[in-house]
Amino acid sequence: MADRTSWSLSGALRGMFAKKTIDAETWDDLEDALIQADFGPDITDAVITELRAKVDRYKTTDPADLQRMLREGIEERLAKLDPTLKLSERPAVVLVVGVNGVGKTTTIGKFAKFLRTYDRSVVVGAADTFRAAAVEQLATWAERAGAQIVRPQAHGQDPASVAFQTVEKAKSEGIEIVIIDTAGRLQTKGGLMDELTKVRRVIEKQAPISEVLLVLDATTGQNGLAQAEAFIEHAGVTGLVLTKLDGSAKGGFVLAVQEKTGIPIKLIGQGEGINDLTGFTPHVFAQKLVG
Amino acid sequence: MATFGNLSDRLAETFKNLRTKGKLSAADVDGTVREIRRALLDADVALDVVKDFTGKVRERALGDEVNKALNPAQQVVQIVNEELVQILGGQQRRLEFAKKPPTIIMLAGLQGAGKTTLAGKLAKWLAKDGHTPVLVAADLQRPNAVTQLQVVGAQAGVAVYAPEPGNGVGNPVKVARDAVKFAEQKQHDVMIVDTAGRLGVDAEMMKQAADIRKAVDPDEVLFVIDAMIGQDAVATAKAFQDGVDFTGVVLTKLDGDARGGAALSVASMTGRPIMFASTGESLDDFEPFHPDRMASRILDLGDILTLIEQAQDAFDEDEAKKVAEKFATDSFTLDDFLGQMQQLRNMGSIKKMMGMLPGAGAMKQQLDNFDEREIVRTEAIIQSMTRTERTTPKLLNGSRRLRIARGSGSSVTEVNQLVQRFEQAAKMMKTVARGGMPNVPGMGPVPGAGFSGGRGKPQQKKKGSKSGNPAKRAAENAALANGVKQGGAVAGVGGSGFGLSGNAGKPDGPSEEELAALQKMLGR
Repeated sequence: MADRTSWSLSGALRGMFAKKTIDAETWDDLEDALIQADFGPDITDAVITELRAKVDRYKTTDPADLQRMLREGIEERLAKLDPTLKLSERPAVVLVVGVNGVGKTTTIGKFAKFLRTYDRSVVVGAADTFRAAAVEQLATWAERAGAQIVRPQAHGQDPASVAFQTVEKAKSEGIEIVIIDTAGRLQTKGGLMDELTKVRRVIEKQAPISEVLLVLDATTGQNGLAQAEAFIEHAGVTGLVLTKLDGSAKGGFVLAVQEKTGIPIKLIGQGEGINDLTGFTPHVFAQKLVG
Repeated sequence: MATFGNLSDRLAETFKNLRTKGKLSAADVDGTVREIRRALLDADVALDVVKDFTGKVRERALGDEVNKALNPAQQVVQIVNEELVQILGGQQRRLEFAKKPPTIIMLAGLQGAGKTTLAGKLAKWLAKDGHTPVLVAADLQRPNAVTQLQVVGAQAGVAVYAPEPGNGVGNPVKVARDAVKFAEQKQHDVMIVDTAGRLGVDAEMMKQAADIRKAVDPDEVLFVIDAMIGQDAVATAKAFQDGVDFTGVVLTKLDGDARGGAALSVASMTGRPIMFASTGESLDDFEPFHPDRMASRILDLGDILTLIEQAQDAFDEDEAKKVAEKFATDSFTLDDFLGQMQQLRNMGSIKKMMGMLPGAGAMKQQLDNFDEREIVRTEAIIQSMTRTERTTPKLLNGSRRLRIARGSGSSVTEVNQLVQRFEQAAKMMKTVARGGMPNVPGMGPVPGAGFSGGRGKPQQKKKGSKSGNPAKRAAENAALANGVKQGGAVAGVGGSGFGLSGNAGKPDGPSEEELAALQKMLGR
C-alpha cells in the first residue's frame, strides 16, 4: 500500500497548525491547501468563511483549535447524508455507472468480493459490451471474487438485454445480489446517457433497482460535479463511490458533489487489490483528510 | 451546465464589464484578475500555475500596451489568450522518429487515463501515414489489459506483440526488451509500448516504469493524462517526470465538457509539449494538439478551425461544388436546400457546432432554447412538396401551400416563412458564389472580438436573418490568417504555425461557398 499520509492534507497543513497564532498567512495557506485538494473555489470560500466566523466567536488564536474546527466542519458536511447501502431487496440490483476510466469494473470486482465475505451470493452482469475486453476484465474479477457472471452473447449486444438476463438469472436461481457493469460514458454524450436510462427502465421491469452507484475518480477536478449532475438526471444515482484514493489526489470535489446533489458517498476504493474497498465513514474520512 | 458558469462565461462577464469603460484603472485590472483566477481554478488549473499566470496578466494589463490600445478590454483578452497559447504551445513539436528503426514510443500514466485506447489510436494514425507500427502489451497488471490491446490492435489493423497473458503474470520489462528484437525482425518501424496504469505515489510501480524505459530506451515517452483531472495534475505530472521523464503529453477525453485546465498546469509545470489530443471513443478520434485552439476553448474565442474541419469532413466536396455552381447559375432548388440540410445533420448536433462559434458562451441560454427538431420540421415541409414544386418554388400558390402545410403537419405561415427564407438564401448565395460580398447591415467585425460577436449573434440565430452569417464567415475566413489567431502569431511560438496556417493556407481549404452554405444552415 502506498504511503497514506500523501493522501491527507496534513502535509500541507502541518506548517500552518504548528504556528503559535492564527494570522493572515494561516488563512491564505488554508485557502491554498483546500483549493489544491480540489474543493473548488466555492466550497473553499464557504468553509473559510464559516471557520473565520467560528474563530471570531470563540475568540481563539490557537491553530490547533482551527484544525479541530476544520475537521469537525468537514465531518459535519459529510455526515449530513446517510452513507448506508440499502440492499434489502431480493434480488438487490446494483447498477454501476460512471465516465470512462474511473474504475467501474475494478470497483465491481471489489464490491462483489466485499459482499462474498458476508456470504451473499452475487451475480455480475457484463453490460459493458462496448469497450474492448471489458467483459473479460470483469470475468477475471468475478472469478477472483467468487461471483457468477452473465456475459453478452455477442460483442456489441444491447447492454439493456444483458442487464435483463442477469436479473432474470438471479431471480430464477435465487441469487441475492445483482451487480450490473455498464460501459464508461462521458456525461456530454446524450445518446449514451439515454442508453443508461433504457438499461434502468429494462431492469425495472424485472425488479426494483436498489442502488445506482456513480463511480467518481478522486483525481477528477471540478468536472466531477458536472458528471454527477448528468448521471443523476439520466440514471437516478443513489450513491457515490470514490476511487483511487490511494494516490496523491484528495478528491475534495466530492464535498461539493454531495452538497449540491444530496447524494451520499457510500464506498471508497483505495487500491488495485481485491480487498481495497471500504464503506464510507465521515468521521474517519475527515480525520484522515485533515490529520 | 449553466448552473456553474464555466471559465468562458466568467471571463465573458468580466470582460463585458470592462468593455463598457473606456479605460482600465488599476482597480479594474485587479477585479478582472480576481475573476480570471477564480475562473481558472474552476477550470481545474493548478493553483501555482494560476498564481503565476494571473501575475503575468496583471503586469501586462497594467503596462503601456493596454492603455495605448484603442480598446483596452480587447487588449486584455488578447493578453490572456497570448499567455495561454504561450504556455500551452511554447514547446510545440511533432513526434520524433529514430534514425534507425524501430522508433520506440512508450506510454505512461495513471489508471484509467486512456493509455490502451490511445495506443490503438496512435497506431492507426501512424499506419495511415505509411508506418508499420506494432503494439506491445506491457500492461500485465490490469485484468485483461492484454486482451483489450489485442482487440484494439485488430480494430486498428496493426500487429500486437503479447507474449505474456497478463493478469499479474509476466515481467513487463522483459516483454518490452524482447519487443525491440521482435520489431527489428519483423521490420516494424514503430513500436508502441502500452504500460500499466500507475499512481504517482506508488514508488515500486514508478521504478518498474523507469526500468522499462531503461530497457528499451524509447525515442518518445508520452505521458497520457485525462482532461478531467483536478489539482492533482501537477503532483502526478511531477511524479511521472521524476519517475520516467516523459518527453511529451497526450490529453485524453477532450470530448467531455471539462475545460481541460490540467493541460495548462502540466504544460506550465513540466515544460513538456502537449502533442496529441484524444477526443472520443472511436479509434479515429485523435488529432495533433493545437495550442491556439485549446486556448480558445478555455477563453471561448470559439473553435472555428475545428468547426470548419468537421464541416469539411461531413460535406461531400463534389456535392458542395455542384451546389456552388447552382448558386451561380440560379438553379438552386428546394431539393438542394434539403440535401444541404441533411448533410448538416450528418455533422452532428447543431448545438455542439454552435458551441464552437466565438462568443457562444454568452449565448448558452439561446443555445439551450434552440430546437434541433426545427430542422426536422423544415425537412417535413420540403418533403411534402411535389418534385415540380421543389424545383420551381414560384409555383407555390395559396392552395398548394395549404396542402403542403397539411401534409407536413405545419401551418401555412410556416410554409411561407420557409419559402421566404429559401428565396433570400438563394439570392444571397448567388452573390457570394460570384465572389461578391453581400451587404450586411449591423454586422460588426468579429475577429479578436469574440465576445462582442457573440452578443450580436443570437437574434440572428433565432430569427433566421441568414444574411449576417455568411459575411461573418467570409470575413473570418479572410481574417483567419491575421485576426482570430493573432494570439499565436504574436506570441511568436511554433504553435501558431502548427494549428493555423497549415489550415488557412491550404489550397483545398473550405471554399467560401461551403462555408456560406454551412452558415446559411446555421442561420436558420
